[in-house]
Amino acid sequence: MAEIPIVLILVGLAAYTVLGGADFGAGLWELTARGERGSALRDHTHRSMAPVWEANHVWLIFVLVMAWTCYPEAFGSIASTLTIPLFVAGVGIILRGAAYALRAGTTTPREEGAISLLFALSSILTPFALGLVVGGIASGRVPVGNAQGDEITSWWNGTSLLIGVLAVATAAYLAAVYLAADARRIGSDDVAEAFRTRALVAGLVAGALAAAGPFILSSDAPDIYDGLTSGAGLVALLASGVAGVAALALVVTRRYGAARLVAAAAVAAIVAGWGLAQRPEILPGLTIDEAAASDTTITAVLIGFAVGLLILAPSLAYLFRLLLTGRFDPATAPQPGPAPADAAAAAADPTAHSSLRTTLITGAVTALGAGITFVSNGPLRSIGVALMLGGAFACFLAVASLDEADPPAVPFPTPER
Amino acid sequence: MPLDLIASAFGPVQQEYLLEARQMQAMSFVAHIPLVCFGVAFPALVVFAEWRHHRTGDPVYRTLARRWSKIMLALFAVGVVSGTILSFELGLLWPGFMATFGDVFGLGFTLEGFSFFIEAIFIAIYVYGWDRLPPRTHLLTGIPVIVSGITGSFFVIAVNAWMNNPSGFRMENGEAVDVDPWGALFGNSYLAHEMVHMYVAAYIVAGFLLGSIYGWQWLKGNRSRYVRTALTISLTAAAIAAPVQLIVGDWAARTVAKEQPIKLASFEDLQETTKGAPFDIPPGIEIPDMLSLLAFHDPNATVIGLDSVPPDDRPPVGIVRASFLTMVAIGSLLAALAAVFLYVRVRKRRLPESRWFWRAAIAAGPLSVVALIAGWVTTEVGRQPWVVYGVMRTEDAVTGAGGIPIGYATLAIVYAGVLAAVIWILRRLAARPLEEDAATTTGGSGHG
Repeated sequence: MAEIPIVLILVGLAAYTVLGGADFGAGLWELTARGERGSALRDHTHRSMAPVWEANHVWLIFVLVMAWTCYPEAFGSIASTLTIPLFVAGVGIILRGAAYALRAGTTTPREEGAISLLFALSSILTPFALGLVVGGIASGRVPVGNAQGDEITSWWNGTSLLIGVLAVATAAYLAAVYLAADARRIGSDDVAEAFRTRALVAGLVAGALAAAGPFILSSDAPDIYDGLTSGAGLVALLASGVAGVAALALVVTRRYGAARLVAAAAVAAIVAGWGLAQRPEILPGLTIDEAAASDTTITAVLIGFAVGLLILAPSLAYLFRLLLTGRFDPATAPQPGPAPADAAAAAADPTAHSSLRTTLITGAVTALGAGITFVSNGPLRSIGVALMLGGAFACFLAVASLDEADPPAVPFPTPER
Repeated sequence: MPLDLIASAFGPVQQEYLLEARQMQAMSFVAHIPLVCFGVAFPALVVFAEWRHHRTGDPVYRTLARRWSKIMLALFAVGVVSGTILSFELGLLWPGFMATFGDVFGLGFTLEGFSFFIEAIFIAIYVYGWDRLPPRTHLLTGIPVIVSGITGSFFVIAVNAWMNNPSGFRMENGEAVDVDPWGALFGNSYLAHEMVHMYVAAYIVAGFLLGSIYGWQWLKGNRSRYVRTALTISLTAAAIAAPVQLIVGDWAARTVAKEQPIKLASFEDLQETTKGAPFDIPPGIEIPDMLSLLAFHDPNATVIGLDSVPPDDRPPVGIVRASFLTMVAIGSLLAALAAVFLYVRVRKRRLPESRWFWRAAIAAGPLSVVALIAGWVTTEVGRQPWVVYGVMRTEDAVTGAGGIPIGYATLAIVYAGVLAAVIWILRRLAARPLEEDAATTTGGSGHG
C-alpha cells in the first residue's frame, strides 16, 4: 500500500519529463530559430505546442500533490532543504507562462524576438532547476526535518548538475523529435529536416551525458550507483540505454512516430531505475513505509485517483486525437455541420428571446430562496441556498436573453472601431 | 526512523521573517484569486454567448464568444502559473504545515489536480476548436470547462474550510493520527458557505471587470451592438450575483459567529463579551444591538469578545476589521448598482443611459477586486495566529530556511512584470479588428 503512491509519482514524473520536457525543449529551440529565417520554425513550434501547453504542465502539479499528501514529512523536508532550486524553477515557470501568453499579442519582429528570448531562457532554466532538485534527493542530501540540509551543496553537486543538464538535453531531444514528426504530418519537409538535425545533435549530447553519468554517480552518489549497477536497477539502466540508442536510430531513418515512443520508453526506464535503485529509502534513514501517510489517506487518494482517471483518460485521449490527427492544423477545412439558425428566421422565432414573465418568475424564485436562506438554519437553509442559486442561474438566462427595446441603430461590425 | 522522531524533526524553528513569509504567501494569493474568478465565471459567460449565437443566429454573439474565448485562454495560462507557484510555496514556506497535515487535506488537492487537468484539456479544445469542430460539438466542449472550473475551486476551498474549521484527525505527539480525509474535507460545516461565497464573488468580479472595460468604451461613445451585447451579458451576471452575495455573506457571518467567535469579535473589535452587542460604523456611528442581530439574528444574543482568549491567540484586529468593513461596504454599493442595472434592463429593455451609472460601473470592476481581496484578508488574517485553527500556529508551520526576504522581493518584481504584461496583452487583444473574429471561415485562429 505504502509504495503505490510513489509508483504513481514516478509515472507522473516520467510523463512530465516526456510531455512537459518536449514543451521545454520546444522553447529551447527558439534560441536556434532567431530572426526572419527562423520564423517558420517558431510558428511551427507554437502551432504544435499551443493546444497541449497547459495540459502538459499539470503533471508537475500532480507529482507535487501526490508527494505532499502521501509522503508529507518527506515532502516538507525536500521543500525546505531544496528551497533555492525549487524557487528558481517556480520563477522560471512564471516567466515561461508569461512569455507564452504574451506571444499572442506581439505584432513586430522586435517584440516577438524579445518575448521569444525570454521564453527560451526560462525554458532552459526550469528543467535545469528541477533536475537539480532530483539530483539532491537522489544523492541523499536531504535529511529529514525542516531545512536540515545544506542550503547550497544539497543541490550544487555533481549528481544535481548531471541530472540538471541531462534534463535540458533530454527536453531538447524530445521536442525536436516531436516537432519533426508534426512538421512532416502537415507537409513542411524543410521544417521537418531542420528539427531532425536538431534531434540528432541533442540526442548525441544527451547520450554522451548519460554515458558519463555512472562515473559521476560512482563518486558522488555511491548508493544510487550501487542500485543502478545491480539487480533490477541495472536492468532498467540497460533498457534505458538500449531504448535511447534505438530512438536515435529511428530518427536517423526518419521514423519519427516510433522514435517518439521509444524515446519516451528510455525516459520511463531511467525514472523507474532511479526508484528501484533508491528503494526502500525515500530520504536517508527514512523508508517509504515510514514516510507514507496512513492507509486511510492512501486509500482515499487512490479512490480519488481512480475516479479522476476515469474522466481524465478519455478527455486526454480526445485532445491528443484531435491534435495528432491534425484537426487543429491551419489547413484543416471548417467542419460541415448543422448551421446555426439564420438571423432572419431566428428574429421571427418568438422563443429565441425570453419573456418578461419568465424573468419575473425566476426573479421571484431567487428572492424566495434568499428569504429562506436568511431566516433558517440546517437542512431548510440548504433548500433555500439551492433555490436561490438555481433561481439566480435561471434569472441570468432570462434577463440576458431579453430582446433589446430599440432595433440596433449601428450596423455590426461597427465602422468606427 | 521511528514515527515520533519524524514528528519532532518538524518541531518549531527560529524564523526571523515569519511576517515576510506570510506577506509573500498573501501576495501570491492576491495575484491568483482574481484569475480564479475568471477561471470560474468566464467560461459560463463565453458558452452563454455561443449558445445565444446558436439560438438566434446573430453573428454578434459569435464574435463576442470567439473574442472572449481568447482572453479566457490567456488569463487561464497566467492562472496556471500563479496557481503552480502557490503549490510550490505551500512547501517552500510552510513545510511544517505540509509535513504534519499533508495527509489530512492533501486529498483535496489531488482531486483539484484532476479538475484542473480536465479544465486545461477542454479549454484548449474549445479555443482551438472554433471552425474545426461541428458547431454543436464545439458548444458542448465548453461545458466541461465550466464544470471543472467549479469543481476545482470547490476542492481548494474544501482545504481552506478545513484550515478554518479543522476536523477528521486527532493530535498525538505532534502527529495527526486517525486521519479521515473524506470527513475532514467534505464533512465540514464551513465548506458550503465558503464555496458559495467564492463562487458568487467570481461572477461579481468577472462581470464587473468586463463591465468596466466595455463601460469605458460606452462612455467614449461606442454604442455598437458588440459593446452593448458584451455589457448586457457581463453586467447581468454581476448584477444578479451582487444582491445574492449579501444573503450568502450573512450566512457566512452567522457560521463564523458560531465556529470562530474570536474572528467575529475582531470584525468589530469587540473587546468584552457582550449581550446585545452594538455595531460601529466609522466614524463613530454606533447602532445598538446590531452586531448581535447580524451575527445571530437576535438583538439580545451574546457575542463573545476578544478578551475571552489570551492576547497571543488573537488575530491582528485592525487589519481584519478594516478588511471586513471594506468588503461589506463595497458589496453593498455593488448590490445597489446592480439593482439600478436590473431595473433598467428588465423594465426598459435597454442599458442605462446615465453617465453617472457608467462612471459607477467603471469603478465597480476595480472595487469588486478590492472587495474580493478584502474578503480573503478577513477570513485568512482573521484565522491568525493559527494556520490550522486552534491546532497549529503559523509560526510552527514556517520554514527554517533563510533568504525569505530575497525570495519575497524577487517574486514581487516578477509579479509586477507579469501584471504589466497581462495588461499589455489584454490591450493588444482588444485592439485587434473585430472582423478577425467575425468571419466564419478563417484559417487564422491559430495565432490566438
